[in-house]
Amino acid sequence: MTRLKADARHSVRFTLNGKPAEGEAEPRMLLSDFLRHQLGATGTHVGCEHGVCGACTVVVDGMLTRSCLTLAAQVDGCEIRTVEGLAPSADRLGVLQQVFRRNHALQCGFCTAGILMSLDHYLAKNPAPTEADIRDLLSGHLCRCTGYTPIIQAALVAAAELASATKETSDA
Amino acid sequence: MVQAAVRSANSVDQGSDTPWVGRSIERVEDAALLSGRGRFIDDLGVQPGTLHATILRSPHAHADILSIDTEAAKRLPGVATVLTGSDVKAVTTSLVVGVKAPVECWPIAMDRVRYVGEPVAVIVATDRARAEDAAELINVEYRPRAAVVDPLGTLVSGAPVLHDGFPGNLASDRSFRYGDPEKAFAEAPHRFSIDIRYPRNSCTPIETYGVVASHDAGEDAYEVLANFQGPFSIHTVIARALKVPGNRLRLRTPPDSGGSFGVKQGVFPYIVLIAAAARVTGRPVKWIEDRLEHLTASVSATNRATTLSAAVAADGKILALDWDQVEDCGAHLRAPEPATLYRMHGNMTGAYDIRHVRIRNRVVVTNKTPTGLNRGFGGPQVYFALERLVQRIAIGLGLDPLDVIKRNLIGAGAFPYRTATGALLDSGNYQEAIARAVEQGRLADLKAKRDEAQAQGRLYGIGFTAVVEPSVSNMGYITTVLTAAERRKAGPKNGAQATATVGLDPVGSVTVHVASVPQGQGHRTVLSQVVADVFGLAPKDIRVNTEIDTAKDAWSIASGNYASRFAAAVAGTAKIAAERVAGRLGRIAASQLNVEAADIVFAKGFVASRHNPENRIAFSRVAALSHWSPGSLPDDAGQTIRETVFWTPPELTPPDEDDRINSSLCHGFIFDFCGVEIDPVTLETRIDRYVTMHDCGTILHPGMVNGQIRGGFAQALGAALYEEYAYADDGSFLTGTLADYLLPTTTEVPEPEIIHMETPSPFTPLGAKGVGEGNCMSTPVCLANAVADALGIADVTLPLVPARLAELVRGAEPPPPAGGAAIAPAREGDRRLRGEGQASVKGAPEQVWAMLLDPATLQSVIPGCQRVDRITDTHFRADVTLGIGPVSGRYRADVELFDLDPPRAVTLRGGATGALGFGNAEGRITLAPDGRGGTKLTYSYDAAIGGKVASIGGRLLDGATRVIIGQFFTALARKAGGGGASGGGFSLFGLLAKLASLFGGRR
Amino acid sequence: MKPPAFDYLRAETVGDVLEGLAQQGGDARVLAGGQSLMAMLNMRLAKPKLLIDIMRLKELRQIERKGDAVVIGAGVRQADLLAWPDLAEALPLVSLALPWVGHVQTRSRGTICGSLAHADPSAEMPLALVALGGEVLLRSAKRRRRVAAKDFFAGMMLTARSDDELIEGISLPVVRGSRFAFREVARRHGDFAIVACAAMKTEAGVRFTVGGVADVPTARDWPRLEGSALDDALNGFAYELGARDDVHATARYRRDLVRMIGRDLIGEVLQ
Repeated sequence: MTRLKADARHSVRFTLNGKPAEGEAEPRMLLSDFLRHQLGATGTHVGCEHGVCGACTVVVDGMLTRSCLTLAAQVDGCEIRTVEGLAPSADRLGVLQQVFRRNHALQCGFCTAGILMSLDHYLAKNPAPTEADIRDLLSGHLCRCTGYTPIIQAALVAAAELASATKETSDA
Repeated sequence: MVQAAVRSANSVDQGSDTPWVGRSIERVEDAALLSGRGRFIDDLGVQPGTLHATILRSPHAHADILSIDTEAAKRLPGVATVLTGSDVKAVTTSLVVGVKAPVECWPIAMDRVRYVGEPVAVIVATDRARAEDAAELINVEYRPRAAVVDPLGTLVSGAPVLHDGFPGNLASDRSFRYGDPEKAFAEAPHRFSIDIRYPRNSCTPIETYGVVASHDAGEDAYEVLANFQGPFSIHTVIARALKVPGNRLRLRTPPDSGGSFGVKQGVFPYIVLIAAAARVTGRPVKWIEDRLEHLTASVSATNRATTLSAAVAADGKILALDWDQVEDCGAHLRAPEPATLYRMHGNMTGAYDIRHVRIRNRVVVTNKTPTGLNRGFGGPQVYFALERLVQRIAIGLGLDPLDVIKRNLIGAGAFPYRTATGALLDSGNYQEAIARAVEQGRLADLKAKRDEAQAQGRLYGIGFTAVVEPSVSNMGYITTVLTAAERRKAGPKNGAQATATVGLDPVGSVTVHVASVPQGQGHRTVLSQVVADVFGLAPKDIRVNTEIDTAKDAWSIASGNYASRFAAAVAGTAKIAAERVAGRLGRIAASQLNVEAADIVFAKGFVASRHNPENRIAFSRVAALSHWSPGSLPDDAGQTIRETVFWTPPELTPPDEDDRINSSLCHGFIFDFCGVEIDPVTLETRIDRYVTMHDCGTILHPGMVNGQIRGGFAQALGAALYEEYAYADDGSFLTGTLADYLLPTTTEVPEPEIIHMETPSPFTPLGAKGVGEGNCMSTPVCLANAVADALGIADVTLPLVPARLAELVRGAEPPPPAGGAAIAPAREGDRRLRGEGQASVKGAPEQVWAMLLDPATLQSVIPGCQRVDRITDTHFRADVTLGIGPVSGRYRADVELFDLDPPRAVTLRGGATGALGFGNAEGRITLAPDGRGGTKLTYSYDAAIGGKVASIGGRLLDGATRVIIGQFFTALARKAGGGGASGGGFSLFGLLAKLASLFGGRR
Repeated sequence: MKPPAFDYLRAETVGDVLEGLAQQGGDARVLAGGQSLMAMLNMRLAKPKLLIDIMRLKELRQIERKGDAVVIGAGVRQADLLAWPDLAEALPLVSLALPWVGHVQTRSRGTICGSLAHADPSAEMPLALVALGGEVLLRSAKRRRRVAAKDFFAGMMLTARSDDELIEGISLPVVRGSRFAFREVARRHGDFAIVACAAMKTEAGVRFTVGGVADVPTARDWPRLEGSALDDALNGFAYELGARDDVHATARYRRDLVRMIGRDLIGEVLQ
């Protein structure tokens, strides 16, 4: 049993995009704030802090997670993935990211990180989604710029490209 | 790992000879945004030691502030200071108000609050959480006043007055007359009228407001970073409020902004507030608005009550319009209001050729959040009335609505066309646009589908809308609110300065800077296309910076991101700047290549002779020459290092003596039609097909234009079906979370079918017109027309909430079964909670009566009561901690007894206030002997709950009342069973406080 | 919008949880998926002194068939149950209702028992528990007890759980040979229900359960009713639920939905 006192900062360690990360947090610190302001991983955005808008969505131990509804202390020892971990390298974009760019699936880009995390997580398990599947998945995200349909289009294109890339790999 | 490591696609086609403008190239903005490397305001670091602010806000719609006790808050460790109105007043002056009236407008309440959410104190601490801890320790004593939220109700004699300087709550009342409307109405065979209530809503960007401010006491100068969007006329308002000249207010914007749609104009009062906090603390202060603050108190579009009448000929030709508009700007008339009302002034006849117009414009204040810029800005309000009326005319005359639209359109040969109210419509061919939309959008199929559906008894309807979309606002249109004499006195205001700077560095690479402050629209990409075309380069060769720093950059009052001005004005200005530099480079190259300047072309990275392309010089070499060898430039060339161009269109003249105003420079055309089907059980509206035809002049980037259309469509769909900033009659705000203010999601928004036509504007450098706001004007009314068609109803109010439609279309409800409880009639907007009950209590009335007046007994019977103080024999105060489920809060309660009739009856009146809100109530208790030595206690109550709990928990308030009443009876029965007297009367007191402790979160 | 200060206890045994609850009582809150509680903390609606995180307790994460019942532990997330291979066979009503709970991104963290503990009158899982006649398994340091669904929900956001009790799990009966139907109306997909209805064919006729209208999900058992008898029963029920107006719907609209959807769903399961 670990009891962390309210008025003190406590060490929090986890794996962030495959690398060890560590910082200090009071028990009340939200994961979203910890990522952004303690670790400098500002790609995860905060839009509502009550779990509705989806901008802060990250993946914790393989689960889609609203980081604004999660305490930093809760994820001690966990594996966390954020938008910063999506690209294969700093000067390259992954397939999903490329497809988003090609389909104008973002405008201001504020909500985008959360949407990418949901899609990245979902497409890994569901390689052939229907439009209805994608609409259902992404109904947990709010976007005010795009009107959503380019995002849905991009998701379907990305699924197809990823599936064919996987197929080529397995054929080879 | 889902994504494969594929090298990022580069759509830039180096070999193509076609211009970059007009192509949907990939956006330069996107790689960073897709990788988590955006630079939004809260992503940027701050100076070490920066403090963080939170804002304590009014739970009341209208109240006097009797006292504010900040001592406990200031003593909390980590708290630097707490500012109240008087502290802010000491270092600032009132914001200027847009009409001539003796009225002040402060960014924080002085001695009175006028809307729920109005700032009351600013708490500055080492971090946000501590600031919020401190905010809970502030004790504000309010004396509530009656509130008014209805724009017509506020004009009624006897309505509570918000500002003495606005007698009768009327901030402005102007009447206009164009042509001879009286004659037209007198002679017309038909007259049609419609009454409209346009609701409050907002485009609610996903990123909220943010401000970081510091003050240099030595120079008395402020530095502010804010995700402000313009117009920069507001810079003058901020500087004046901070009591410094403009050159001592350095206002910067971050590289990225998470959407605005007009809304982030409304950050400016907070700039003043946070700058004042920085001055008082002597430290940089940062404030990031949270979502609850944003929904409650950021800014809203105006709601408007409109009566529109038309004089109509038998064939459906509209001969005259008579507008009566009452614009509700909320509690303060904040700059640039009442601009929402006047932005459309030149366009009050829409797409139609109507020469006689009468307008009465009134601006009123009510106890709601002040209004400001929002996408569509006045257009949704105007077109909802106009296009609903057109449908009503068609129905009234037995005509097809589309035929009525067509009969009234401005002729294709009439452009440039001066509207009756003064707009100069630059170009268009509305007939052609409609013809194309009807064909390409397959209207005939849709009609067949409707006929078939209706034949099957389904609720299917079609709506139409024709809209002229103004863009590039005339900075002088707002002066139409003044009389011609007042305008003469104030001096002319007109035009719209756009600016762009093109710079060449010592290696000849090109930088562009503009003051367009994009909020996600992709300005950097489009500017790279525009300038690349001029210089014969590729977009990747052009680096564009759109941050603004008012201390260093070129800007003017029209700078910023509003009125859809980028494509038409800013992009064109960048083209002019690039062309000026290119002209000089051409002369330099001509002298180097020994050709005439007229023979010079820029292509593929070279400056070359048109006739002999082999005779050429690298662009970068020519471009660098001004830096390295100014002496070798031809005499007439001038420098080519940097060119800043200011451009304002001559067409944007001030209002004339007869109040005609060319309120905007460009005018796109939109024709929408749609088919909707309504579920017969749930009355939910499903959009079957939506067709939207746009003529926005020359298209610079098709992908972005469609992005603007889709985005505007989705927001408009929200306004039509889901979104409303709802207020109760008492001014309580009811939609304070994103679970209550409902933005459409992927499951609600279909893909609109977009059709384009391009009629270039003769007034803009690139022929482009604005396109960002049109669907916010056309779509709400198009959907409303379709729903009216489907249901056969005349009056439609937005949003089209299924329960409201039910009231319109469903007949009498099946009565409750005999013996069932009667249902109290619903009172629209009335949130008072009423109830009554009775209980049998052991003990004679005299005993029960004695308990009612005994503090010690009270303390033991009121749940969660820490202390009861008797102020007088009939006046008590108590501290109570109350909760339901996990929700709990601490409250100060105050109860007085009236109309005492011992031991038979007493009236209780009182209230409870705490961090979660307040409740007040009045109850009457009567005691009567039950004939068995006990007492029959009956009570009735009438309570109101407000504040945070109402705005975020409205869904659960009524139910919670019943919960507490249930507990009341349980407690009462227990007491009675114990043989003692009941504290039942005072459970009512507990009830007040307990009700205020409710909430509604999301699962 | 940051939470108030609290201690955080990461429980490693159920005993840790029960001890924490026993010590801190009403000032302690169990943190499971956090999808309701964390939002309330961020809004400062709840101010516990202690949060007890139970999500590292493997023993609470079981979904078990126990005879004619399915026992779902307090740590079972909504997504876990949705992914349980036996769900459609063992708990068809839950498999119909669960996709209506929030969104993919909240079901992935939110727990079944957390939703019950929160006791929102519009939530789907409380409705399913009542419709199926399930039980809630409560445990404190001193005792264990089982509470029937109809007795568990005491009112809006109020349950029969005492401050020192942990909801260890729930037990849902496996109902064989029945037919189920579920329908929900909300403003948008994923919103709290304006009205949610479940119908279940029973030996005597039908059980019809409604959420989103009264303070607690409410069930009625009727014999096989048809025609005007069914209409009358539904109409009476619609009024008895005591619907109220709010910003999203009127009381009348709610009653209309109970009447109309009730007719459809009952027809569906009895056909």
